[in-house]
Amino acid sequence: MIKLLYFARLREALGIAEEEIAVPNDVADIQQLMAWLAQRGGAWQEEFTGCRPLRAAINQELVDNTAAIHDGVEVAFFPPVTGG
Amino acid sequence: MARMRMARPDVGAVAAFIGQVRDLNEGSEVSGMTLEHYPGMTEKALEGIVERAKGRWDIFDALVIHRIGALKPLDQIVLVVVTGAHRGEAFAACEYIMDYLKTEAPFWKKEQTDAGERWVEARASDDDAKQRWSESD
Repeated sequence: MIKLLYFARLREALGIAEEEIAVPNDVADIQQLMAWLAQRGGAWQEEFTGCRPLRAAINQELVDNTAAIHDGVEVAFFPPVTGG
Repeated sequence: MARMRMARPDVGAVAAFIGQVRDLNEGSEVSGMTLEHYPGMTEKALEGIVERAKGRWDIFDALVIHRIGALKPLDQIVLVVVTGAHRGEAFAACEYIMDYLKTEAPFWKKEQTDAGERWVEARASDDDAKQRWSESD
């Protein structure tokens, strides 16, 4: 199981803030997780097929799309940040 | 800020930056905004940026305070305070912290305008501002 979090515009577009899910064994990194989530269709497909920029974090550290996912991690997806 | 200023007798410079909510953005009047964050990661990201600034410049201390939730025009969003022996390092560290905060700390602004609510888009100029620090390495 992994924990997934969505923030800001992405959270609103998907209509969900967080979920805990089991991912297939062949979903091993961020890129593959995004492709897998896009298969849900609708807003998921729109958001996770790379049309709009997304950032990812694993266990609260920014990572790039090749970062590996392990059981028990917390993965967050969000738009580029706009604080300050 | 007073505590940082008085923390040690060799503090010769206190550099501070305050960011405020403007009433105008991208041509629309802004009546307010809501700041969302990622509890846990936001704090870690800010601590990491402050630690990197302390490692890079000869400064004594640095403090970041960032608001979340509902804000109105002229509300203060962010405070950065840096103390050091001299102004050069204090100014630079203060700018460095803001540039990394703008591009790496998980905060998101949603503005309320006449035309409704909208998420603020990230700006390329903020990435450029961060980039200059790696060019000078």
